[in-house]
Amino acid sequence: MAVVPKFVGARIKRREDPRLISGTATYVDDVRLPGTLSAVVLRSPHPHARINSIDAAAARSAPGVVAVLTGEELKGKVGGIPCVAPAEHIPFHPLLAQGKVRFVGESVAVVVATDAYKAQDAADLIEVDYDPLNAVSDPEQALADDAPILHEEFGNNLVTRALIPNPAVDEAMAKADRVVKFRIKNQRLAPVPMEPRGVLAQWHQANGQLTVWTSTQIPHLLRSALAAVLSLPENRVRVIAPEVGGGFGAKLNFYREEALIAHLSRMLGQPVKWIERRRENLATTTHGRDQITYLEVPVKNDGTVLAIKAKFICDMGAYLQLLTPAIPGFSGLMMTGCYKIPAMSFEQVMVFTNKMATDAYRGAGRPEAAYIAERTMDMVAAELGLDPVAVRRRNFIPKEAFPYVTCAGLVYDSGDYDAALTKALEIVDYPKARAEQAEALKHGRYIGIGVASYVEICGIGPSVMLPPKVPGWESATVRMEPDSRVTVLTGISPHGQGQETTFAQMAADAFGVDIDDVTVVHGDTAIVQYGVGTFGSRGLSVGGTALMMSVGKLQDKLKKIASTMMEAPPDQLTFTNRTVALQSDTTKAIPLQAVVDAAYGWKMPIPGMEPGLDATSVFEPSGCTFPFGTHVAVVEVDPETGVVKFLRYVAVDDCGNIISPLLVAGQVHGGIAQGIAQALYEEVVYDENGQLVTATLMDYAAPRAQMLPHYELAHTVTPSPLNPMGVKGVGEAGTIGSTPCMVNAVMDALKPLGVRHIDMPLRPEKLWRAFKDAKKA
Amino acid sequence: MRVNLTINGHPRGDEIEPRLLLVHYLRDVAGLTGTHVGCETTLCGACTVLLDGKAVKSCTVLAAQADGASVTTVEGLAKDGGLHPIQEGFWEEHGLQCGYCTPGMMMAAVDLLSRTTNPSEDEIRHALEGNLCRCTGYQHIIKAVQYAAEKMRAAAGR
Amino acid sequence: MFPGQFEYHRATSIKDALDLLKQFGDDAKLLGGGHSLIPMMKLRLAQPAHLIDVTKIAELCAIGESNGKIAIGAAATHDTVANSSLVRAKLGLLAEAAAAIGDVQVRNRGTIGGSLTHADPAADYPAAALALEAEIRLDHEGGSRTVKAADFFLDLMTTAVQPGELLTQVSCAPIPSGTGYAYLKHPHPASGFAMVGAAAIVTLDRNGKFATVRVAVTGLGPKAFRANAVEAALAGKAADAATITAAAAKSADGIDALADIHASADYRAELARVYVRRAIQAAVARAKA
Repeated sequence: MAVVPKFVGARIKRREDPRLISGTATYVDDVRLPGTLSAVVLRSPHPHARINSIDAAAARSAPGVVAVLTGEELKGKVGGIPCVAPAEHIPFHPLLAQGKVRFVGESVAVVVATDAYKAQDAADLIEVDYDPLNAVSDPEQALADDAPILHEEFGNNLVTRALIPNPAVDEAMAKADRVVKFRIKNQRLAPVPMEPRGVLAQWHQANGQLTVWTSTQIPHLLRSALAAVLSLPENRVRVIAPEVGGGFGAKLNFYREEALIAHLSRMLGQPVKWIERRRENLATTTHGRDQITYLEVPVKNDGTVLAIKAKFICDMGAYLQLLTPAIPGFSGLMMTGCYKIPAMSFEQVMVFTNKMATDAYRGAGRPEAAYIAERTMDMVAAELGLDPVAVRRRNFIPKEAFPYVTCAGLVYDSGDYDAALTKALEIVDYPKARAEQAEALKHGRYIGIGVASYVEICGIGPSVMLPPKVPGWESATVRMEPDSRVTVLTGISPHGQGQETTFAQMAADAFGVDIDDVTVVHGDTAIVQYGVGTFGSRGLSVGGTALMMSVGKLQDKLKKIASTMMEAPPDQLTFTNRTVALQSDTTKAIPLQAVVDAAYGWKMPIPGMEPGLDATSVFEPSGCTFPFGTHVAVVEVDPETGVVKFLRYVAVDDCGNIISPLLVAGQVHGGIAQGIAQALYEEVVYDENGQLVTATLMDYAAPRAQMLPHYELAHTVTPSPLNPMGVKGVGEAGTIGSTPCMVNAVMDALKPLGVRHIDMPLRPEKLWRAFKDAKKA
Repeated sequence: MRVNLTINGHPRGDEIEPRLLLVHYLRDVAGLTGTHVGCETTLCGACTVLLDGKAVKSCTVLAAQADGASVTTVEGLAKDGGLHPIQEGFWEEHGLQCGYCTPGMMMAAVDLLSRTTNPSEDEIRHALEGNLCRCTGYQHIIKAVQYAAEKMRAAAGR
Repeated sequence: MFPGQFEYHRATSIKDALDLLKQFGDDAKLLGGGHSLIPMMKLRLAQPAHLIDVTKIAELCAIGESNGKIAIGAAATHDTVANSSLVRAKLGLLAEAAAAIGDVQVRNRGTIGGSLTHADPAADYPAAALALEAEIRLDHEGGSRTVKAADFFLDLMTTAVQPGELLTQVSCAPIPSGTGYAYLKHPHPASGFAMVGAAAIVTLDRNGKFATVRVAVTGLGPKAFRANAVEAALAGKAADAATITAAAAKSADGIDALADIHASADYRAELARVYVRRAIQAAVARAKA
C-alpha cells in the first residue's frame, strides 16, 4: 500500500512569505555593511557618438567623492562582458564605453561617493565631449550599405546569419492550393522586474576574497564569469543572490555593473553598492523579443498546413549579452507549434542596432514561436473561410503520436492538445459565444473570440542543446541532519517561484516528515554546490529531479540501515509519520530518528557504510518537456475609441502533474498578465535616431490591475515521462499562450472590417484607425 | 535640518539634509528596509507607506514634509505578535511571488480598507492603480484584499 | 532618484510665504504636495535652491462656503476635495475630477493649488475649473487679485501666476440643482494622466433644450480649454443625440493636438470628440434625472 502524499498536490501556503509580508526580507539594497560606498553610473545620452574626452576633475574633487573611473582607466585591468552563444561577430563588450558609445544609457563613467546623493551631485559635474554619429534603430535598415556601422571592425552590422533550409518546403509550396503570406512583428519589450538590478561588492584584502551580492537568477554561472573578467580564482569569489525581486529572464545575465562594482570594491578596499534606477532599468537591462518574421505558409483548401517557411530579422542591439544570439533559435525551432506540419525552413538574420541588447525575456524565443504558429492558424482560417478551431483540430499532432518528432527534430515528450482545446471551449461555451458575437454585431458591437493552442519547450536539455557555460543540468544536495530535519541545497535560484515551498513539499513527503522539518537553501555559492539557476521553467522539472535523485539516494541508505533494524528487505520499506515502516503494514515501524542515529554512527553502524546522510546529485535531462494548453479570450472593441474590454479569459494549461496548485495558478496568472501586456500595451520605443522614447514608466505601459482581465483557469494533466514527478514546467506557459490568444481575439472582433492583421501592441489608436479606414472604404 | 516624527508608534528625531526623500529616511536613517523603491516617477507604488493614516508614495515625499507626522510602514502592520489581516490575506491567497511590490501593495490596500469595508473586485482594482505588480497578474492580490476585508468585517462584527 | 541640494522653508502664513518668495525670487519654488515638483527634482530636471512649503498654512487647507461661493484652499489635497461633503454636494463636478486624478497615493498628497499652478496639459483639474468658471485667487505682497479660470491657463505649463504671487484659493459658484454634469477621462495607459478629459455642465429648459452648457477639455492641446464651438452649437437646441453628436464633432476644432507614442494628434482629437459627446450625454441624463 503506497503512502498517500500529504503535501505534494495540496494547497500549501508559501514558506517564503512570512519574511516578505513582514518587510524583513533582505534584497540587495537591504544588505547593510559598515563603510559601504555608493556608486552612480554616468550614461550616454546619445545613441551613437564618439567620445573625444571626459573631464572628471570637478567630480573628483566634489564633496564625498572617493573615486571616478572612465573606460580608458579600465583598459588592461578587467576583461569584457562575455557572450557564450555562438555568433559570427562578437564585439568586445567593455564595462565602461571606450572611444564610442553605441546606445542610449551606455555606461561611460562611474562615481563612487559616501552616499548616492553625493555621487549623483558629482556625476552631474562630469563633462563628456561627444561627437554624435548617425545611428540606426531599424533592424531592417541596419544592413543597408549606407547604414552607420556600430562596430567598425566587422565592416557591417551583421551579428550572424542562421539558415535551416529544407527542400521539402519548396515541394510543399508547389503542392499547395494556396500560400498564405504575411509579416508579423514581436515588438521589443522591457522585462521590468519590480526590483531593479543591484550589486553590492565586498573585497576582503587579507585573503584576496570577493563577495558579491547581486540580484541575479544565476549565482553560480555569474561567479564563473566574474572570476574570469576580474582574473580571480573561482574559489575566491562568492556570489550571493539574496531575496530577488523578480527576473523574468532579465537577471539571467552578466552585466557590466556586476563586474564594475566588484572591481571598484577591490580597488578601493571598501564595500561598494550600486542600485539600478528605473530609468537605467528601462535603458540598460536586457530587452526581450524584437523579431520581425516574414512567413509563407502553403496550405490545402481544407486547412491542412503543409509547411512553414520563415525569414526572421532579429534585433540584437548594440552589444551581445550572455545569450543574445541564442534566443531566436528557439523561435525557429518551435514555430510549428502543436501541429503535425511536415516541413519547415527558416533563415534568421541577426543585426546590431543602436539599442540595448535583447536577450531572454519570459519565454525567450518561444512566445515568438507560439505567436507565429497561432497567428498562422488564424490567418489560414481567415484566408480559407474556416473556423479557427477547425483549422487547429485539422493540424493537431494526435495524442497517439507521442513521443512525437517534429519536422525541426525536436522530440515532444507527451501531449493531448485536443483535450486542452476541448476543455477550454467547453468552459467558454464556444457555440454560445459565437452566437452572441453574431447577435452583438447586428447591434454594432464588435466582439471577438480568440483561441490559441500553444506548446512550449521547458527544462531544456541535454546540455548540448544550450550554449557552453549555460548547461541544461541542475544539482541538488539533500542532507538529513542528526535531528532528522532535512536540508535541501538546490542549484536553482528562485526569485518568486516558490521552490522553498514546493521542494519542501516533495522532500517532506519523501521522508514522511513535516513540511516544517525541511529547509530549502539556495542562492549562495559558498553554501550551495555548483548549480545553474532558475530560468526557462526548469526549476521543478530539472532542479526538482536532481532533488528527487538525492532524496532517492538518502532513502536507499536509510532503508538499508532500517532493514537491518527491522529485519525486513529494504524494498518493502517506506517513510511515513517520521517513521520507517513496512509498506504492507505501516504500524510495523521504527522511528526515523533511530535510523538517523544509526546513520550518523551514534549507534549500530553498518560495517563498511560511510557515516552521515548527505547526498548530492546532478540531473542532466535526456530531453525537454513540452507543456501545452489552450487559452480562449472573449473581448469587445469599442469602435469609437478602439478600447478593448475583456469579457472572458479562460486558460487551460497542461504542465503535467501539479505539485502545488496554488503556485501553479500564480505562475499562470502572472504569465497571462505579461502576455496580454505584449498583445495590448507594452513596447520599448526608440525613435528613428536611436533615442529611447519609453525611458520611464510614465511612457512604458506596464499594466496595472484594472488593465487586466479576471482569469478563469483549468488544467488537463498529461504527465511527462522524462522526470520522476511527471512535471513539465509552468513559469512561462501563461505568457506564451496569452499573447496570440489576445491578438487573435481582437483580430476576430475586427474581422467584419476585413482586417487580417495589426502588429502589437494593439493600442486603441491602431484599432480605432482600423474602424476609421473601414468606414472610409 | 531636524525632523521629528513617529514611525510605527515610536517617536524619533534626526538631523537630515532637506533633500532627503522619506523613503531614504525610512530605509537608511531609520533602518526600516521593508519599504522598497521601484521607480523614479511616482508610479509603481512599491514605496507606499501610511502618512497620518493615508497611503502615500514615500519616494515623492521629503522627509522634511513628514515632520510632525505619524508614519506606518510594513514593519508596523503586525500588532502584538499577530499578523494584520492584510498580511494574512496575502499569505493565505498567494498574493505575492517575488515580494518586492508587496509592502507597498499592502499599505495601499490598508488605505482602501479604511475607506470601505466590503470592496468589489472592480473597486479593488481601481484602488490599487497606483501599485504595479509584475508577478501575480493581480488576481490573487485582489483575493488577498477581499480576504482581509472579510476578516476585518468579522472582527468588527459587521 | 536623488534631488539636488536646496534649503527648505516652512511657511507659517500666507504673509510668511510671500515674504519668502520675495526674498528668494527666482531661486525659490513653492511646494504643495510636491507631486509635480518632486518627481522633476528627482530626475534633476528641476533644481530650485529654495523650497517654500505652503501646506502647513492652516487657511490654505480649508474648504468652506462664503458669499455664495464654495472656496477651496490651495493646499487642499485631491483626496480632501474628492471626499469633502460640501464639494460633493455643491461642486460635484470638481469632486469627480479630483477623484479621477492619478491614484490614491497621489490624491492623498497632491493639492489643487499645486496642480493648477503646474498646468500640466494632461491634468484633470483644469477641465473642471474651466467648466465651473472657477475663480482663482492669487495673493501677492500687500494684496490679492482674482483670475478667472478662462484667463488662468496661458500655454503649456504656463499660467497667469506672476513672480511673487501665491495661488491661495479656488472658488466656484455652487452647481444649481437640476444641473447635470460629468467628467470623463481616457487615461494614458502608462502615466494615468488624461489622454483626453472632458467636463460638461448642462441645464435644460422646460422643453428639454439646452439652457446653459459649459464644456471644457484637457489633455488634447498644450493647455486645457473651453470648447466654445461645441457650446455655441448646443445653446438653445434640443438635447438629442444628433445635436450633441454634431456639436461634439467641433471639440478639437482649431486645437494643435499633442501627440505621443500612445496617441497621435488625430486620435487625441477623435477621443476629444467622443469623450465630449459622452460627457454631455451623461450630463444631460443627470439633468433629466
